[in-house]
Amino acid sequence: MPPVQDPGLQPERTRLAWRRTTLSAAVVVVLAAREAARRGAAPAALLGVALSVGLLLVFLATAQRRMHQLGSARPADLVPATALLVTACTVALAVLGAVTLP
Amino acid sequence: MITPAQAAVRGFRTAADSLRRWLFPERIRNEGETPDYRFSLANERTFLAWLRTALALVGGGFAVSQFLPDLHYVLRTSIALALLTGGALCAVRAVNHWQQCERAMRRGEDLPASRFPALLALGLGAVAAVMVLAVALGWGR
Repeated sequence: MPPVQDPGLQPERTRLAWRRTTLSAAVVVVLAAREAARRGAAPAALLGVALSVGLLLVFLATAQRRMHQLGSARPADLVPATALLVTACTVALAVLGAVTLP
Repeated sequence: MITPAQAAVRGFRTAADSLRRWLFPERIRNEGETPDYRFSLANERTFLAWLRTALALVGGGFAVSQFLPDLHYVLRTSIALALLTGGALCAVRAVNHWQQCERAMRRGEDLPASRFPALLALGLGAVAAVMVLAVALGWGR
């Protein structure tokens, strides 16, 4: 059995990796919203901005839940649903980008 | 040496296997031994690093589309689309590879080998080469 206080600080490093990932997602969402907003105030543009912000909120909520779990000394494993959700958000941002390309 | 037919059969089997694992995730939970939590966390961080790579590719696609107005329209849209597609593929492959590694650790097998990093490097090298040509030959609008 490894000691409970692991000298590698694995849970904390993993929590910080999630934080870096949410920051990357935030940058991409700003660019996605900017791309959509280039169409002015058309309904499609507003929908694009709303979708981007919505995807960021889903990404942040999922990451936040996982980061909360990682606060314990012996955290539970990442579940497939969480991994799939953040992957789906990333793919959705790419699809949104392909659709909004001028 | 394997024939293309054998390679196709192998590819199909791998895809079917992946799909089955995603549709019935509880079977993996019951498979083999639960690995040391530190290995699972390392696997999770690797997944997140690949996801950030995917996000960087998607962000790069947006950046090409928005910040290179002097590039020819066809070239600009092609490179943006290539980066967006690459980002989406990278994200899907990241989550699949994470799960394959998790399963290999549970079974005590070697971690799966992957040709994806090499393919990604070749693809990005090609995009960079096209950009160098575009700048050198002045492919403006």
